[in-house]
Amino acid sequence: MLNMTETKSIAEVEEQIVEEFELFDDWMDKYEHLIEMGKSLPFIEQKFKTDEFIVKGCQSLVWLHPDFENGILHFTADSDAIITKGMIAILLRVLNDRTPDEIINAKLEFIDKINLKEHLTPTRANGLVSMLNKIKAYAEQVKLTRSHKS
Amino acid sequence: MNEVLQEKKIIDVEQIRSQFPILNRKVNGQPLVYLDNAATTQKPQAVLDAIQKYYSEINANIHRGVHTLSQEATDAYEYSRKTIADFINAKSSEIIFTRGTTESINLVASCFGKKFVNAGDEILVTEMEHHSNIVPWQLMCEERKAVLKVIPVTDSGELMLDELTKLLSSKTKLLALTHVSNTLGTVNDVKEIISLAHKNGTAILIDGAQAIAHTQVDVQELDCDFYCFSGHKMYGPTGIGILFGKEKFLNEFPPYQGGGGMIKEVSFAKTTYADSPMKFEAGTPNIEGGIVLGEAVKWMKNVGVKNIAEHEHELLHYAIAQLKTIDGVRIIGEAKNHASAVSFLVGTNHPYDTGVILDKLGIAVRTGHHCNQPLMKRFNIPGTVRASFAVYNANEEVDKLIEGVKRAKKMLS
Repeated sequence: MLNMTETKSIAEVEEQIVEEFELFDDWMDKYEHLIEMGKSLPFIEQKFKTDEFIVKGCQSLVWLHPDFENGILHFTADSDAIITKGMIAILLRVLNDRTPDEIINAKLEFIDKINLKEHLTPTRANGLVSMLNKIKAYAEQVKLTRSHKS
Repeated sequence: MNEVLQEKKIIDVEQIRSQFPILNRKVNGQPLVYLDNAATTQKPQAVLDAIQKYYSEINANIHRGVHTLSQEATDAYEYSRKTIADFINAKSSEIIFTRGTTESINLVASCFGKKFVNAGDEILVTEMEHHSNIVPWQLMCEERKAVLKVIPVTDSGELMLDELTKLLSSKTKLLALTHVSNTLGTVNDVKEIISLAHKNGTAILIDGAQAIAHTQVDVQELDCDFYCFSGHKMYGPTGIGILFGKEKFLNEFPPYQGGGGMIKEVSFAKTTYADSPMKFEAGTPNIEGGIVLGEAVKWMKNVGVKNIAEHEHELLHYAIAQLKTIDGVRIIGEAKNHASAVSFLVGTNHPYDTGVILDKLGIAVRTGHHCNQPLMKRFNIPGTVRASFAVYNANEEVDKLIEGVKRAKKMLS
């Protein structure tokens, strides 16, 4: 669903998350926050938790369902691991309800600033890197489809 | 600790630990607790020194030159082969240097397949095999139009031996089986199984990757046809491993790869091949790895394989007992004969989550499916947390693991 109130830019949301995480002195508080984020967000509808929408990591699984309406991409997702879910929550806070161009151009450098980059390396094999690639691929795909139509 | 207990200790853990420089490092600000030894072990100073010595003093290509360095390097390489052969009670000609267990198994699958396997024949593996003891046989079966059959595992993580007996038929050409399960820690009764296979005229390959650092292996006593292991899981370097094969098979096998070093005479009309082990070692090998693996074996012999096994047995059973005191912990794999590794789950927590929090505490464990996807499917779990032990681990480290698991449980609940 398209949010008609004024939305913050990707940079603004990233800044907000960095400030939020700066409040934590030690890793335990930070991870507890991450776990809470993982628990509290509404995730994917059960009917989309199928092989069609699965992103297989070696360590954990991710499901990702895209929606495209009024030029805006909306994703719902889930994972079988709670820390991965927390990471999804952070990433979707930044990338959800954006135009394909915004998603394609997102650098996501804030992940480094909040010291959670270790979860976004291919060697972690938790499905998150593949999920990000899929998000970007969906954005490229809808952009291409639209430019063909116009 | 009181004196009586001190006296009973088989291993002076502090003295052993002092030989492993990496154990002094910190991870995430915490002293490293390394419990991922089934993946790879750390290396003692004697092994590190041997690597340095090889490159500083005798580096040269082997089996080729008449010059002194080449002779010295060749002697060291062949001396190491002999050391390893003695370690498992084999002949030097039956010891082939490979890149590791995986390559050893692939070599046998390829050569045995070409020579002995035809359409409709059967290869037996077990449900608890590592992927590297499944996939090479699948590839070979596909190529030879043979059939892969699987011996199932019980709820406690043991092989169903009566199923094994039923599955052995006149078509069964080879049985490939792990000595110790990398996930469950189950020690299979390989001697009994080898004897069953041989009575049926079936050849047998033992994946010894998880056994070689924890138990005394005697290939003659076992009477196995092939035994495979990796250097890096026994305090030696990575990229080097061993295939033991009985001469009668190795002599019959076609070469695995072509190249320098494996030939008798080359002409465009016909090339003849060297005898084993040279026949299977094409190209310049991992000379350093080969030599240093011999040093790792010597180091293990000095400590005593029996002492290592006893110490690890104590650690393992202490860890299992302590894990069981935590509410909601489920041990995956409770075979009567259990070695070196314990797999577990905490309530409904995902192993990845537990692993991430343990890492933050400086505790290195393995999480995931451990290259055992069919086994995970059989237990209907996404994976496990696995703690695996080596001779340098201490009871205090088990205590830290237990504290860590409790903390992870609290954070994730």
